[in-house]
Amino acid sequence: MDYFLQQLINGVTLGSIYGLIAIGYTMVYGIIGMINFAHGDIFMVGSFIALVLIVALGITAATPVLLLILALALVLVVAMALTAVWGWTVERVAYRPLRGSFRLAPLITAIGASIALQNFVQVSQGAKNKPLQPLFSGSFQLTDGGADGSGFIVNLSYIQILIVVTTVILMGGFTYIINNTNLGRSQRACEQDRKMASLLGVNVDRTISLTFVMGASLASVAGLMFLLYYGVIDFYIGFLAGVKAFTAAVLGGIGSLPGAMLGGLLIGLIETFWSGYFSVEYKDVAAFSILAIVLIFMPEGLLGQPEVEKV
Amino acid sequence: MTTGQPLLSVRGIKTFYGKIQALHGVDLDVYEGEIVTLIGANGAGKSTLMMTVCGTPQARNGSVSYCGEDITYKPTYEIMRTGIAQSPEGRRIFPRMTVLENLMMGGMVAGNEHFEEDLRRAFELFPRLKERQQQRGGTLSGGEQQMLAIARALMSRPRLLLLDEPSLGLAPIIVAQIFDAIRELNRSDGLTVFLVEQNAYHALKLAHRGYVMVNGTITMTGTGKELLSREEVKAAYLEGGAH
Repeated sequence: MDYFLQQLINGVTLGSIYGLIAIGYTMVYGIIGMINFAHGDIFMVGSFIALVLIVALGITAATPVLLLILALALVLVVAMALTAVWGWTVERVAYRPLRGSFRLAPLITAIGASIALQNFVQVSQGAKNKPLQPLFSGSFQLTDGGADGSGFIVNLSYIQILIVVTTVILMGGFTYIINNTNLGRSQRACEQDRKMASLLGVNVDRTISLTFVMGASLASVAGLMFLLYYGVIDFYIGFLAGVKAFTAAVLGGIGSLPGAMLGGLLIGLIETFWSGYFSVEYKDVAAFSILAIVLIFMPEGLLGQPEVEKV
Repeated sequence: MTTGQPLLSVRGIKTFYGKIQALHGVDLDVYEGEIVTLIGANGAGKSTLMMTVCGTPQARNGSVSYCGEDITYKPTYEIMRTGIAQSPEGRRIFPRMTVLENLMMGGMVAGNEHFEEDLRRAFELFPRLKERQQQRGGTLSGGEQQMLAIARALMSRPRLLLLDEPSLGLAPIIVAQIFDAIRELNRSDGLTVFLVEQNAYHALKLAHRGYVMVNGTITMTGTGKELLSREEVKAAYLEGGAH
């Protein structure tokens, strides 16, 4: 039971990171019907920006706690802003000129953008792993391992709390924006009928750009979390994390915002539980198998919209 | 009424879809306070003209002026922010948004300060929408969707309302309700209306002036009454009498 609890904590943490990335996939798919394969690499770029900022600001575990939190908040905001610029640029350069072209064209440039970002970071930052000393080492011990010390000690680390709390706040804020603001409504309108949206005075290109900006900034938050959690990044992390988050988005129902969150959580849980109870080697196989099974029985994903709508 | 500068002026418009020419040099004017209708058969180019006014697609030749300003090559979203609103062919309600959200989308151009007041007026005009305000657009009946499309267009506080086939596929009693609403908007608020219709009898009875379009060209124009009494119009568009 204690072991289960530990895996649950780890799974929710990992799922939060996947969920944050998955939102970017699902929103872009929703609004322009395209898989942004460069999104995983935007996450990676966000992670590197965060690392550079942390090093530049001289943040270490020795920094006083209050200052540490403030500095990390600053890193978060700046990384979100800078990564957003990257997301905006990718859309402007690689996708917008091809709007109205055949469907596969932007998919190909997406893969191109992905390769370009990876190579840019590889060349500019080097191909070696970039380690970061842990900034938060503390944790709560939820169980003491029993009187005789034979039980399992369940740890809930500060960094896990930080990740989950930040994710919940961001997802809450994000859901509010999509459901209740003019921007969110415009995004949904563009999703459902782009031409009609423009007939109501919506600047469709700008709305699509903002969607990329929002997705990229959430991915950069995931990048920072990933960096703090694992303590090591390289130019290739975007690929696997991107594929996992994409899987999460499809599992939850691509185009659906709560679906992306749910899918991320599920993929995180499946992975950690499989690693915990069966084998670490096959965790990716498990995650993708679940995806295949769900898609066979529910092609639109868990919370997706069926394609046909009564109009 | 038809003196001075027109509110909307279309001159020599030629519009293409790829290589296919849909409009062959159309001239048309709409003056402030008028209801002008454009009638013609299916595929004559009526909707194309209405869409060209909104810049989607843009005309290849000719010009569209609104309030004396050339808007031919402005982006659609800018045109729609200058006081033109359209209730398009097929209604194009956002199916996965509620009625209220659809109306909010319409009101975005007008800003927030009049929203409550405009919403109340929309619900007065079409009380059905009030009952269904939390329902998703895709679940409404055809008539309700048409009312919503018109109400959504009105939420932007337009000076010129473009209505594309508001009677299409609706029961006669609903058509009558919608045409009454249009007449009322024109009379009490002085709203200028440009109406595209296949239902020529109702449209010509409602309109001050009308144009007849055949294969992308205007073939006749006159007051609503004049056109109704023309033999060619009767033969081509009013067979079977008034319906």
